[in-house]
Formats: sequence, structure tokens, C-alpha cells
Amino acid sequence: MSFLEVNNLNVEFNTADGIVRAVNNVNFSLEEGKILAIVGESGSGKSQTVFAMMGLLDQNGRATGSVKFEDQEILNLSISELNLIRSEKIAMIFQDPMTSLNPYMKISEQMAEVLIHHKGLSKTDAINQSISMLDAVQIPEAKNLIRMYPHEFSGGMRQRVMIAMSLLCNPKLLIADEPTTALDVTVQAQIMHLLSDIQKEFGTSIILITHDLGVVAGNSDDTLVMYGGQVMEIAETELIYARPTHPYTQGLISAVPRLDDNAEKLKTIQGNPPDAMLDPVGCPFSPRCKFSKDICSNQTPELLEAGENKHFRACHVAFEELL
Amino acid sequence: MNHKTIMQVENLKVHFDVSSEGDMPWTKRKKLQAVNGVSFELKSGETLGIVGESGCGKSTLARAIISMVPSETGRVLWFGKDLLALQKTEMRKHRKEIQMIFQDPLASLNPRMTIGEIIAEPLKTHYPKTSKADIKARVEDVMNKVGLLENLINRYPHEFSGGQCQRIGIARALILKPKLIICDEPVSALDVSIQAQVINLLMDLQKEMDLTLIFIAHDLSIVKHISTKIMVLYMGNMVELAKSEDIYNHPRHPYTQALISAVPIPDPKIEKNKDLILIEGDLPSPINPPSGCVFRTRCKKAQDICSQEKPELKEAVSSHEVACHFHD
Repeated sequence: MSFLEVNNLNVEFNTADGIVRAVNNVNFSLEEGKILAIVGESGSGKSQTVFAMMGLLDQNGRATGSVKFEDQEILNLSISELNLIRSEKIAMIFQDPMTSLNPYMKISEQMAEVLIHHKGLSKTDAINQSISMLDAVQIPEAKNLIRMYPHEFSGGMRQRVMIAMSLLCNPKLLIADEPTTALDVTVQAQIMHLLSDIQKEFGTSIILITHDLGVVAGNSDDTLVMYGGQVMEIAETELIYARPTHPYTQGLISAVPRLDDNAEKLKTIQGNPPDAMLDPVGCPFSPRCKFSKDICSNQTPELLEAGENKHFRACHVAFEELL
Repeated sequence: MNHKTIMQVENLKVHFDVSSEGDMPWTKRKKLQAVNGVSFELKSGETLGIVGESGCGKSTLARAIISMVPSETGRVLWFGKDLLALQKTEMRKHRKEIQMIFQDPLASLNPRMTIGEIIAEPLKTHYPKTSKADIKARVEDVMNKVGLLENLINRYPHEFSGGQCQRIGIARALILKPKLIICDEPVSALDVSIQAQVINLLMDLQKEMDLTLIFIAHDLSIVKHISTKIMVLYMGNMVELAKSEDIYNHPRHPYTQALISAVPIPDPKIEKNKDLILIEGDLPSPINPPSGCVFRTRCKKAQDICSQEKPELKEAVSSHEVACHFHD
């Protein structure tokens, strides 16, 4: 039995200007207890991929393909069926903790609500359990703080509350969509540290969505690189960094300034990200790719195994030519 | 390098009056000390990086330098002349020598002006007698410099991507041939691949036009890449000022040490094995800051003296200043 298996996932949005193809033919799988990082720049489709899995697409969005969670098809389920899976099996935390908490409700009520709804606990039990979960995410004096409103917390504390809330029903999979993007680096370090502790303690699998290659490096087992709505490369995180086999991954890694490096000049990727309005013909990265050939702009490369260790890449150009 | 000093900032302080919940109209407003006694020197051709977390006063400091926010005390000497003491009309003469680039590339461009008009505006303001042909030539010249095609001159800002909008902002800052450009988080809103393009552009332009830069960002890796000198701010106070390699190789203040350790390095081998220095807790309230050293509430080295006496910024070794009683 596979834990999570995504096959041929496509996401489209009907807009006034035409159809936007946000996600094209995405395939990946996740083993239980692992952390998968999805990296990509804005508009690469990384968030829409997981939104589709969780049934959170906007009204004009449509998802096709298949997402199997513990052998159950979960894509395009009805809301009542999804509600059984959401939170109890798969939970999600979002980028901006302020906008995902209800500003009119005390933390105690928002957290208790989850347990009352999903587990049928009494209010007192629910609040007690919420307090112990806040303790688990290292919120000091949880007993008193639980009576406060979200705006009384700092950004890092709010993200801790979100994490505590998502863990209340003991989900098997936690999806974290840019969980530290809105936070300062020292707070980011605290939150990522907390997530990896939780992963060890509860054995939760995590999908970590981020644009920060530094965060990915320290906090994931596998990495999936997306560009223009398509998967460019998937491999173990160590392999992706040590031996990136896709021109985009190579460009991305060398474009990041490193604190431990004294390079005179940053390597850039020329050009701009693709327009999702246009029909995807060929490889979405080909207009910006140094190695681009004729075939690249005509035919979409398939995601094929490159070497051992489940290292997949979608590129027409042979790896040897990229060196 | 034997460059001369172009700017000296001495003991600059900025505060804001803030009201809190339950205040009556006649209640005395509380004071939020946003910038607390910052001093530094800037030599021509240098890049001073200012780092710190949100709310540490880095943007306020930049704005205070060019009098965009009023300062309480202090002097900003620009070629020996105190900018803060100048009348508005006189200040205007110097504004053209100091330009600014902002964080949000789209929000800082007027959506109803074409980019040609946007870039030409400073020129028209400061040199109203320039002829139309001259203006056009100058605009096209800076557009070339920042890598924008000349035929885009009549387009509007919304037709451009974030990276291109930032190039427009840079062109607008460059058209007056300034000596100093203050960049306030110029790449934070951009994607990684675009970030690198803009950083390289800024560094190329600096060499070509002999610019001095003040570069504000929260991303330490970028600041270190572009800067010759780095200032670390915490709650409006300077905690450390040194050459950028020294800040990275030998950080001496406990806050700088934690900050550097928190920056993730895009290499799993390093990142998964590093000793992370976590800072406990949250920032204290800036309205009611801790006595003595502002960092003492979260500092592992804190002792009694830290709550009683505010550490002065002192030279620990040659050209490496630290404000800590127990620095390394």
C-alpha cells in the first residue's frame, strides 16, 4: 500500500482572459514518515498542487487526474467526504498565520472547535487537550495564553498555534505551505526546528512547500522541483544539491547567494518566468535554458528515471551534455 | 583603497508617538524609540549593508537619513554639511545626490504614468529647464543601463514583471546621477532567479557609475554578498558594525551569532549537521524595552550588569565595533 500517490494531476482555472493551466501532469509519491519538499518560484504551481489534493481550489478551478491517499482516491471528493479526511488524516498550515486564524475567536475556541467537531469531545476536554498541544509546540504558559485572541500573538507564536491546531486530530500527513515565509530568520529557525521535532515525535509525514532552497536543504528527505506547472526533477534532497541533473535546478541552486561563499558574481537565469495563459508546448523552461534544442520547444519532456536512487528528471538534453 | 568619507551619521535618534488601547484623547502618548543613537561613516564607493529583523528600525533609519521621517536628535553630515539642519529648499538640492529604491517594485511606481514619464520625473523636478529631446535621450540612456529595451518607454507599470519593475525603479534613481543610493529591501519581493539578476545589475552599476550604496535587507546572505561593511540592528540599537567577511567569519555579538546560525545554507550536508543557536522567545515590546542592553532578555550570556548598564558600541578589534559587555 502506498501512502500518497499523485498521478497525472492537472489543475486549470477558467478566467475571463482564458484558461490558465497552473499544474500540468504532476506525478509523485510519498512514503510514510518522510518529508517531501516542493520548491519552485511564484507561479510554478506548487501551492495549487496541494490545494487540489485538499479540495481547496477556487471556484473557477478544476482538477483532473488521481490522488490516492492510503489507496483511497481523494481528488474531487464531495465536501462531506473530504471533511472526514481533512484534519483527521491530512492537515494543512498556511503561509500567513494571521489570515488563517479567525480574528474574532479566542484561541481556545478555535482549537476546541476542531476537537468537538471531529472527535465529539466535550468542551472542557477539548480545551484541556488543546492546552497540552500548545505545550507540545512550546508555547509558554499555554493555560493563560489560550484565552487570548490571535492579534495578541507575534507572527512566530501564531504559526505555533496553527501547527498545534493542525496536529489536534493526529493527522498522518501535514502539508505546510510556505510556513516560514512571513517570519524572520531566527523565528524561521525556531519553527523549522519545531516541525522536525514533531515529525520525529508523532511520525507525521510532511509536505513542505517553499521557495527557499536553504530551508529545503536542512529539512527534507526528498525534493521535488517545479517550474511552469510541471515537475522538473525529483530526487533525494542530498542528490538534488550534490548533483542536480536539470538545467533549471542547476540554475536555481547557483542563483542563491550563500553565506558561506565568497563568489564575486551571482549566476543568473536569464529571462522571466513563463506565462501560464499560453498553451504549454514543449518544456516550460526552454525559453530560458542555455542548453535548449529544437525538440525542447516542440515536445514536452517526460519525467524519466535518471540513474539510480529514484532520481527522476524531465529534460530532453542528456545529463552528460549539461556538465 | 583610499576613498574619502562622504557621509557621517552621528547619534541619530528617531522616535514615534504611539497610542495604546484604552487611551483617552488627553492621555500622554507613549514613545517608541525606533532608532536609538546610530552612528556610522560612509566612504565613497562603499556598500553599507544594514541587517536586522522586522521592526528593528532599518527602514526608519534609511528614511531618517534623507529626512523622510523627522529625527529627534543627531546629525547627518553629507560632505560635511548637516542635512537635518537644512531648510526644505536647500535640502532639495541635496536630494538629487541621494536617491532611494523601494521594496515593492509595483507599488512604488505610479500606475497611471508610462515608464518613460516615471523615469523622467526626477529630472523634470530637479532640472525643469531640460529640453524634451534631452530628457528623452537621458531616459533612453538609463533604460539601456538597467537592461530595459527602449521601445518599452510608453508602456505602463502593470505590463511589467516584478523584476522589470525593480529595474524601472533603479532607472528612476539613476537618472539624476546620484552619489548615494539607499536600497530598502530591493529584492525581497522577487523570485530567486530574478533576485540574482537585480543584485548583479546593482553591483555592475555601482562599479560603472562609482556609486555608494546603503543596502537594507533582512536576508543576510544577500547583504553579505553585496556589502563591504555590515551593520546589525536590534530594536533600534546598533549591536555590531564591521567588514562583511568579519561579521560572517567572526561575529562577536551573541545576537549576530544567533542570526548567522539561523540563516539556512542551501546545502544539505552543511545544513543537516550544523549547530543551530536558537534564540528563545519573542521580541520584547518596543514601547517598553528592557533596561540596559536590549538583547539581554533573550541572551544566553546575560548577567546583572546587562540589565543595569547599556553597553556602548566599542571597537573590539580594529574596525570591528560591538555593543556587548561580554562579547567574544
